[in-house]
Amino acid sequence: MKKLFYTLAAVGFVIVTANSARSQEDVVDIHKQIETLGNTKPIPVALSGFTGEGAEVLKFDLTVQGFSFVAPDAAQYLISGSDAGVVTGSLTDKFAKRVLLSRSYNGASLRRQAHAFADDIVFAITGKKGIGQTKIAYKSQPAGYGVGEIYVSDFDGANAQRITKDNAIVAKPAWAPGKLALYYTSYALDNPDIFYHSLTTGQRSKIAAYSGLNTSAAVSPDGSKIAMVLSKSGSANIWVCNADGSNLKQISHGDEDSSPTWSPDGSWICFATKHSERRRLAKVPAGGGTVQYLNTTGAPNPTEPDWSPDGKWIAFTSQMHDFNLCVMPVDGTNTPAVLVEGQNPSWSPNSRTLVFNRSMGYRQVLSVLDVFTKQYKDCARATGSSSQPAWAK
Amino acid sequence: MKMNQIVFPLALALAATLATTGCKHTPMKVTPIYGSQAPNVGGENGGPTIGGGGVMGGDGGGTGINTSQGGGNTTGLDEFEGMIKDPAALAAHTIHFAFDSAAIKKSEDSNVSAVASALSGSANDKLLIEGNCDERGTEEYNRALGERRALAAREALAKRGVSPDRIRTISYGKDKPTDPGHDDAAWSKNRRADFILLHPKP
Repeated sequence: MKKLFYTLAAVGFVIVTANSARSQEDVVDIHKQIETLGNTKPIPVALSGFTGEGAEVLKFDLTVQGFSFVAPDAAQYLISGSDAGVVTGSLTDKFAKRVLLSRSYNGASLRRQAHAFADDIVFAITGKKGIGQTKIAYKSQPAGYGVGEIYVSDFDGANAQRITKDNAIVAKPAWAPGKLALYYTSYALDNPDIFYHSLTTGQRSKIAAYSGLNTSAAVSPDGSKIAMVLSKSGSANIWVCNADGSNLKQISHGDEDSSPTWSPDGSWICFATKHSERRRLAKVPAGGGTVQYLNTTGAPNPTEPDWSPDGKWIAFTSQMHDFNLCVMPVDGTNTPAVLVEGQNPSWSPNSRTLVFNRSMGYRQVLSVLDVFTKQYKDCARATGSSSQPAWAK
Repeated sequence: MKMNQIVFPLALALAATLATTGCKHTPMKVTPIYGSQAPNVGGENGGPTIGGGGVMGGDGGGTGINTSQGGGNTTGLDEFEGMIKDPAALAAHTIHFAFDSAAIKKSEDSNVSAVASALSGSANDKLLIEGNCDERGTEEYNRALGERRALAAREALAKRGVSPDRIRTISYGKDKPTDPGHDDAAWSKNRRADFILLHPKP
């Protein structure tokens, strides 16, 4: 993570200046919020003084982290400042009658400064690290199917950058934790193979290029191992190998396995499968062992599980008439909460927000969802169809 | 505990039903794929085998992939490398599948037999089976489903005496629809396995 931070910092460093001695980092009130999936009331804030890109960024970032924008008299917190030239801003707790933050930002872009301010607001109110300065990777297809390319952008879709140019079918990008590097599937060599791609050198190498299917790479949280779907044994199953492709081992033997994801401690792999004629989510020890089936009652046909970095939740896609995003507690204490229409959920580093894709006509757009308030916003629109987002962690 | 109490009698009932109807689930026969080779591991030591990716902050795109670099191993398909694709030869024998199913329907028997006899009649030819799905179903699920369809077709051919070593499979998931429409007619056409005859290089 340090390496990623420094690399990002080198690209665009935001310099923060405290405007007032009254705002000290140690006097932070943690907003007491009872967080229920899909039912949490947003925290009401009022925004004043921001007019341009700064206002747009603040509204996006705070909406998808559980805040709602209301008139000043209905607000609990007041956010005021300016985005003329550089971002300056303050945050006031109206009830406690106290200024929690008063800062100015310079360096990098105005957009980046506004994201940094949003992160400071989130931290001051919730005590959680904000997502404003994080990155995602995804695939984009001009026709909605067929050939596409892998892209990297800010989490809100801004500053999108194409990082492949193969004119091939691509799938399922996954970040190497703490590194500017991706794993993804590409048909560039006329077979679905998994590649590693350094985003600092551009160097690529094959990780899995066995006969048949090689896809759905998922990187272990410490970056040392890759789980994926291979069909080299004659059926599509979950396999695990070292980050460089060595030490390959088959760990599932179901008829219909897909989409592996790691528990944050690296000890389990959750995946989609079929059991007793029903589509199920299951987990298996990462080194192989007995498969345990998870209770997803109320969310039929689960696929695409993604385990949250804090270990509490598994997000997945349920196929009813449409596709729906669902989140369930890992400990099985509750059945899944069905949140919004969409597919391909990927958790933010702070385990509060999901990036996913949803249908707009016959194409897919990326969107960001706060799982507690169910508030979501679409990412900056790209041409074609964008899907399979992966949040950098 | 409550769950077990409900599920167990259900499981018993189901088992009893299956036993009396004789409709038991036979595990899919699995034939390992010929030529599954280890990938080129550790590109940084062994030299890159795929070149020219983009970098962040760069111009956003690299050059194409250079397969000849670093030994240029194929994707585990050496036996098939350089063969000429003949998509027309068996185009009439594309087989179709039920929704979310990789089972070969009885009605496809004649197509499978036709493909088998085409292969038995030309010992130097090989076969590429392309598995495809309709657009209903999540992306990676469908990528696995397409592979299951291609593998099921391969097993059906193996039962008719075709050596599985002559067959390569590829799944396109929902990325290669034959009909880009969004209705039942398009979907039923897209749930398919295409047979591409491979001729040796002349």
